[in-house]
Amino acid sequence: MSTLVEIRNLLVRRAGRPVLEIDHLNIEKRQVLALVGPNGAGKSTLLLVLARLIKPERGDILFIGQPATGLRDRDYRRRIGLVMQDPLLLDMSVYDNIAIGLRFRHVPGPESARRVEAWAERLGIQHLKTRKAANLSGGEAQRVALARAFVLQPELLLLDEPFGALDKKTRTELLRDLKALLPTTGATTLFSTHDDREVNALADSKIELADGKIHTESSV
Amino acid sequence: MLFNNPDVWEVTLLSIKVSGLATLISLLIGLPFGTLLALSKFPGRSVLLTLINTGMALPPVVVGLAVAMTLWRSGPLGGLHLIYTPAAIIIAQVIIAAPVVTGLTAAALQALDPRLRLQLLGLGASRLQMVLSIWREARLPLLAALMAGFGSVISEVGASMMVGGNIRHQTRVLTTAIVLETNKGEFTSAIALGILLLLITFLINFALTWIQQRGAKR
Repeated sequence: MSTLVEIRNLLVRRAGRPVLEIDHLNIEKRQVLALVGPNGAGKSTLLLVLARLIKPERGDILFIGQPATGLRDRDYRRRIGLVMQDPLLLDMSVYDNIAIGLRFRHVPGPESARRVEAWAERLGIQHLKTRKAANLSGGEAQRVALARAFVLQPELLLLDEPFGALDKKTRTELLRDLKALLPTTGATTLFSTHDDREVNALADSKIELADGKIHTESSV
Repeated sequence: MLFNNPDVWEVTLLSIKVSGLATLISLLIGLPFGTLLALSKFPGRSVLLTLINTGMALPPVVVGLAVAMTLWRSGPLGGLHLIYTPAAIIIAQVIIAAPVVTGLTAAALQALDPRLRLQLLGLGASRLQMVLSIWREARLPLLAALMAGFGSVISEVGASMMVGGNIRHQTRVLTTAIVLETNKGEFTSAIALGILLLLITFLINFALTWIQQRGAKR
């Protein structure tokens, strides 16, 4: 496997206090890496740094061997997908929500429609396409958020506790579907979680963070 | 009888034109400025927000006084010869309405989940695409800001009187005409003009509310 992302000498401070310090981390292409650790360990911060939504105080992030800074923030982000714990859908239809990232990228209509249809079907939300996002259940909304990221065909997929806000039954169903779908995307995936079941179901390796530092790195 | 009087129509049209244009200019200033205040962090931002919020309650007579002193023949902008023209009323009304639109825009955007911006950027939105998306998301309170801005100027009388001078066929608007009729003891005309002003305000707000509620149902 070759490296998709390499982090070196990273430091992020918040209110003067270090919240993330990573000397070195390699993320291989197609790797599914789980980030575990208690609240405040730095899991979400790492994902937001990788999405270039938080600027580190120092450190290098190499993307396919090139400094990530060589790309404009927007161009870099157009190669990733980000799903947060809350779906954060817009006040529009499910179809339009799934297609919004494609619209930002000016993907032509027929291609956009093909991708939206395909991922809506794979995530079992095809029947909801015309419904307003505000009228969805928590599980349905998170499926829409996942479809919205998957249609972008991201090279790097960042999932910040994607099951965190769901009840147990919905979480089990979505975990089962994601386990089947994730390998078909070809995306390198990082996801944060508190749940060992999610680690065992989805990840091939895991990192345990504590106080902003990598505590252990292991295969699953 | 009132509706057969061409002066009434002239005054009504000037009111709509002046206040409509002042609201439009206030929107062009207030929407981007309110967005900047809501989305950016910079030194002095809190002070600016406090000033804007104070500006939302600016007494029109104080604005009228400041604009009159500025545009007066001996004032710093006296050479522009704008005093007692519709342009002077528009300037004063923009100063009244712009803080209203700015403050309510900032409040509307600050009420959105701050993570929404991160999510939109994380989906590959450019800065402009992100801003357009959150404007769309806050479209109902933003329309309310527009209505509040229009309401603050169509009904004001102090500034229009001071910088416009209430000159017949030139700067007389509905509110200043009502004051004039009242001063003359022509209460019937004053009441009729008042009803006309209320009707115009109602119709314009009805149209904006219809657009707003159509957006809410969509």
